[in-house]
Amino acid sequence: MNRYKSILCNGLITHNPTFVQLLGMCPTLAVTTSAINGLAMGLSTMVVLMFSNLFISLLRKFIPEQIRIAAYVVVIAGFVSAIDLLLQAFLPELSGTLGLYIPLIVVNCIIFARAESFASKNPPIDSMMDGIGMGFGFTLALTLIGLCREFLGNGSIFGINLFGQSFSMLIFIMPAGAFLTLGFLLAAVRKISFEKKQESKDEGGAR
Amino acid sequence: MNVASLLLLAFTAIVVENFIFSQFYGICPFLGVSNKPSTAFGMGMAVTCVITLSSFLTWLLYHHILDPLGISYLSTIAFIVVIAALVQLIEMFLKKYVPVLYEALGIYLPLITTNCAVLGSALINIQNGYNLMASVVFGFSSALGFTMAMLIFAGVRERLVFADPPKSFEGLPILLVSAGLVAMAFAGFSGVNIG
Repeated sequence: MNRYKSILCNGLITHNPTFVQLLGMCPTLAVTTSAINGLAMGLSTMVVLMFSNLFISLLRKFIPEQIRIAAYVVVIAGFVSAIDLLLQAFLPELSGTLGLYIPLIVVNCIIFARAESFASKNPPIDSMMDGIGMGFGFTLALTLIGLCREFLGNGSIFGINLFGQSFSMLIFIMPAGAFLTLGFLLAAVRKISFEKKQESKDEGGAR
Repeated sequence: MNVASLLLLAFTAIVVENFIFSQFYGICPFLGVSNKPSTAFGMGMAVTCVITLSSFLTWLLYHHILDPLGISYLSTIAFIVVIAALVQLIEMFLKKYVPVLYEALGIYLPLITTNCAVLGSALINIQNGYNLMASVVFGFSSALGFTMAMLIFAGVRERLVFADPPKSFEGLPILLVSAGLVAMAFAGFSGVNIG
């Protein structure tokens, strides 16, 4: 059980795909205009990542080394198409706002990276756990960015307006705001981790 | 479509709806290889080559095979396979016949398969119902816009080397913030009402 927990934590915090590994920047910047959009994009990616990791891990003994990239692409594209069609059928509004970024999950580097570096070497259940952990880390990051952008740009959180119409810095909803928000959030994450390192060093010195 | 509307389409794709600064397609190579103008240009040229060809091929594939057979729901899978094969073919062709260009573009070529600008433009062509000519023009000009954005940002990055940001901003954070500033400049174009 502990092993699964450490795999989950790995994706969620220590190797967070967005803030630590800096993977999958396109959807991170594009769809995070609101917290809901970020959450939805994160969850869709998580589902794809979970299933693609599971299947690639199951097939890892059958896929020849030379054509593995092509094989991964087809497996991933299959799941992405399924998610895309499901969203179009059951959540048409959401599918409209996320638009092209749902089919573009196919070329999200997180999914390739996990297939290549984890699922192709580990047993199915571990790989699925890794998919859930990484996907959850991605969802967390996207929701956080969406939350910041929505709050600053629109004065609302999850669509609930807090300050009335007058409070809005439109720039944060616009493309430029995506770069700025991610830049500042990354700097904040680094600042925190520097301080953590400093603390543990100090403690080590005192002992 | 006449020449004027094609030019309009091209202008829109290059500046108003620039792939990087307003649509966010192809951010990974944009942040990865824009550290020198020469590498940015190399990547831009490789992407332009692939996007133009893939726009042409995916349009034919969709309108002559997938759509008549009623299997258009397979387009994402079909397109990505076509793009991966195309990239592989271009790589082999250049290696054999134009080794100089291969040397120059070599390392960027395999990266292009996972560049969402390529798949993105193929899907946009279908979604917006462009005809063959318009698809190729759209693909080519949005790739030009991509190259232009890479070159502009490579210039910014060359200056950024001499900057001295706070420690937690070093590296990617300051890069993103400066990309945000360039994006603000591009936002000025979104007010351009062509018509």
